Amino acid sequence: MKLYILKRLVGMVVVVFLVLTIAFVIVRLAPGDPAALMLGPDATPADAAELRARLGLDRPIPVQYLTFIVNALQGDLGQSLFFNRPVLSVLAERVEPTAFLALFSLAISVVIALPLGIFVAYRRGSFLDQSAVSVAMLAASVPSFWTGLVLQRYLATDLGWFPASGYGGPDATFLDRMGYLMLPSIVLGIVNSALILRFTRASMLDVLGEDYIRTARSKGMTEGRVVLRHAMKNAAIPIVTVVGLTFALLVSGAVVTERVFNIPGMGNLVVGAVLRRDYPVIQGTLVVVATLYILINLAVDLLYLVIDKRVRY
Amino acid sequence: MAAASISDDPGLLRTLAERRSVLIAMLVFGLILAAAILAPLIAPADPAKMAVRARLSPPFGDYLLGADAFGRDVASRLLYAGRVSLLIGVGTALVATVAGIAIGLLAGFFSRLDAPLSRLIDAMMAFPDILLAISLVAIFGGSIANVILALSIVYTPRIARIVRAATLVIRELPFVEAARALGTGNLSIMTLHILPNIVSPVTVQATFIFAYAMLAEAGLSFLGVGVDPSIPTWGTMVNEGRQYIDQAAFLIFFPGIAVSVAVLSLQLIGDGLRDALDPRLAKEL
Repeated sequence: MKLYILKRLVGMVVVVFLVLTIAFVIVRLAPGDPAALMLGPDATPADAAELRARLGLDRPIPVQYLTFIVNALQGDLGQSLFFNRPVLSVLAERVEPTAFLALFSLAISVVIALPLGIFVAYRRGSFLDQSAVSVAMLAASVPSFWTGLVLQRYLATDLGWFPASGYGGPDATFLDRMGYLMLPSIVLGIVNSALILRFTRASMLDVLGEDYIRTARSKGMTEGRVVLRHAMKNAAIPIVTVVGLTFALLVSGAVVTERVFNIPGMGNLVVGAVLRRDYPVIQGTLVVVATLYILINLAVDLLYLVIDKRVRY
Repeated sequence: MAAASISDDPGLLRTLAERRSVLIAMLVFGLILAAAILAPLIAPADPAKMAVRARLSPPFGDYLLGADAFGRDVASRLLYAGRVSLLIGVGTALVATVAGIAIGLLAGFFSRLDAPLSRLIDAMMAFPDILLAISLVAIFGGSIANVILALSIVYTPRIARIVRAATLVIRELPFVEAARALGTGNLSIMTLHILPNIVSPVTVQATFIFAYAMLAEAGLSFLGVGVDPSIPTWGTMVNEGRQYIDQAAFLIFFPGIAVSVAVLSLQLIGDGLRDALDPRLAKEL
């Protein structure tokens, strides 16, 4: 088992290294001179040369690459061109809303989808099951920004149940700020529930068809105990996996949802960076988010060891 | 799309049509496709023609689906926008499928390439799709071809992973061994023996990628970082309509419904295909 964990860690390091490499390559895929692109059409050649020198773009590609990797490993992801500050500190300021948005919507979707998924799997083929599956399919097909706009228009602007947009002023308290995240979290939670529901239902269906479930029933065990103790335990692995995987979905969703509700999180930052051609920020966000994704999925894999005693790597 | 290659098998179509939801989805999607293709013939007006006095006209009056902030006919714009959205969806599905098959076959067939390619796939999949897509579009620029290219890069690893997994299994089967014993070359084994056996899972996944790509395109256009805002797509229409949401919510309703219905029907077709082609796949993928 120790060997397994070691292997996973080495694999993770390789993938993180590749993530850094991809982020490095992406920015250099730009046709023409990235410095000129970043500065826009009004820049003089001298400005471009100056920026190239500042970003190290005038050096040979292998040198640039090595510098990038070495700096990144030391936690230096470069300077934002727009904010004129280190990318990591710009990102750090925007983490709070995005992290809580992701957390709340994950909580909402788990609370909705997990019990519902278990229940409808148990009542397979019933009206409720069919409706839940159809609604989940529909929720996965509607663009989240659209759901966001519609709910914002009717629940926030018209009915005033939620703040319509923003994240409070500079002196808003923590609770105030969280209030601004309510509706966005619901929007993102709905989309995420669809995936978790389908996964929970499918893995419960798998388990409920197993022999040992029949055995448990034939022993006269109560249905509640069969479903919750026996089936749930073994359905847990795929469910934990999907919760880990939805992280990527949550981040993608957050990028769009933050834009709808005008929340100053990482999503808004990166869209702004794209519009301003602030390449270091784009690159830095890619690296940070992908690394987080890798770490979360590593944690999920290791969690299997705890959940399922049979898993021995 | 890829489905065309197998749709000449009457058995499959019949199996698909047996499920009512899938049958309806195929009809609806066919209708959307036909409407987009025939847009120049059936559009009630020129989608770019402005009429200041018709500004924000409500639907079901002079204009079937109303007029936008420039007095342009929403119904016509919806039809033309559908062409772009569908083109990006199908383009992405095709490019990602071809690239994913190539990478997946190489990784699954040649053990030496497996580790590096698989780690690369893992690394690519660590980037959330919208995030990677907007970064790529920011670099490439916002033409339709570039958006297809960016989304293809995002979705290729999904196909590659499935193809790799299937290839790993198939290359050990006796008929591949037999072909090898007969002196068949690697390329022939891959194209003649392995490829035909991975068509089913790839087709299913390509259908889903078609759907995801349309959703992603709508998201990119909504963020203003997709195709050039002057090109109508369902996403740009929602983005434009957003400013007028309090006076004319219909401006975001119609394009939002269009993209949802198209994506929903594709997902239903994908589910149907999956169950029809291989019931066991329903669990594995």
